[in-house]
Amino acid sequence: MSDFRAQIEAAIPALRRYARALTRDADVADDIVQDTLVRALRSEHLFHGGDVRAWLYTILTNLNRNRLRTLSRRPVLTPIKDSDAATGGPESGGRDIGRALNDLAEEPRTALLLVVLEGLTYREVAEVQGVPIGTVMSRLARARMQIRSFLDGERPALRRVK
Amino acid sequence: MIDRDLLVTEDELHAYVDGELPPGRRSAVEAWLATHPDAAAAVAAWRGQADLIQVRYGGVADEPMPDRFSIDSIARLACRRRNGWIAVAAAAVLVAFIGGGAAGWFAHGAAAAGPSDLKRYTTEALDAYRLYVVEVRHPVEVPGDERPHLTQWLSKRVGSPVRIPELEKMGLKLVGGRLLPGPTGPTAFFMYETPSGERFTLYCGQTKDQATALRYIAGKNSSAYYWVDGDLFYVLTGPAEQDRLHAIAQAAYDQIDVRTPPQGG
Repeated sequence: MSDFRAQIEAAIPALRRYARALTRDADVADDIVQDTLVRALRSEHLFHGGDVRAWLYTILTNLNRNRLRTLSRRPVLTPIKDSDAATGGPESGGRDIGRALNDLAEEPRTALLLVVLEGLTYREVAEVQGVPIGTVMSRLARARMQIRSFLDGERPALRRVK
Repeated sequence: MIDRDLLVTEDELHAYVDGELPPGRRSAVEAWLATHPDAAAAVAAWRGQADLIQVRYGGVADEPMPDRFSIDSIARLACRRRNGWIAVAAAAVLVAFIGGGAAGWFAHGAAAAGPSDLKRYTTEALDAYRLYVVEVRHPVEVPGDERPHLTQWLSKRVGSPVRIPELEKMGLKLVGGRLLPGPTGPTAFFMYETPSGERFTLYCGQTKDQATALRYIAGKNSSAYYWVDGDLFYVLTGPAEQDRLHAIAQAAYDQIDVRTPPQGG
């Protein structure tokens, strides 16, 4: 097996983990991972060396962004299928980390997960997101501030619908 | 007066938590945390969040791997999807092939014959389009404002004078170009962009195929017009919408046509 393929294979468990946290839906996550791997293999001849892992994170991140754009163009209500979500009613279920992540905008969520879950450096995250390091840091700060207030119960303007 | 060395920014607190702090600042940050309870509480909260995320999702990497993720399954899928796409596209272009330049395609089924330049070029061009069209930061190697250099460099590498069409009138600005490996050797790849961010690419390399008129190939989210002019093969790819793509391809075709003298650059 080529070195390229060996590197791809070694990255699959981490890609599944990242995709699961990013989408919080095991089926959607694995579909995105599969799509990422197929694209990577098909573009093997275009890869001119470098860090395969960072490249895979970049493809996956882009695919997820495309998916969210498609969803936002087709406003369909989808239940949050977070299999581990607390089941003790809306109040107790409203404070867990999955829901806190769900509340974030896509860029801050991506930046935070790449750093704390995947262990990428700020520089690598900047490459994946295609932005300067300063932007990565402000996204991180935004994500952490928002999660903190969410977990502390300071949920901004929770609307109740009967 | 505030001693700047003693002042710790919020960015440094994040860098401290993430192990990105320059070694020299570590003790300054720790001293700061000892005297600033709000900062210490924030750092503790951020670490707690990271732990929650790790506990919740870290185990996914240790889950048993479904068969669909074996490298062989993925490789088969990568092949199948490509062939599936070609099969659909083949039906769309079959009519266009009748009457010239089709020998390579019809020989496709014969074991001895390799795929024609035509098939290989359009496949590679659409792959390159899909790969680079999403690239925000590094879509090209040489920017479009260095057109003379781009023309000279890529003509030399491709081995034949490459003409970069001027498509400003169609609302397309040249972003720039890059060199790619192609089915028959070095290939030039140019990217254009509309003000709204739609991207079109022109792929160009040497071929021994006969000159052809514009031909259309439809993909799912993108489609292409391709033609041979002199000893060069061109593929213009863009977001699917045949009429507009045709107008753009026609403009490029007219400018590239070797029977007309090049217009400088």
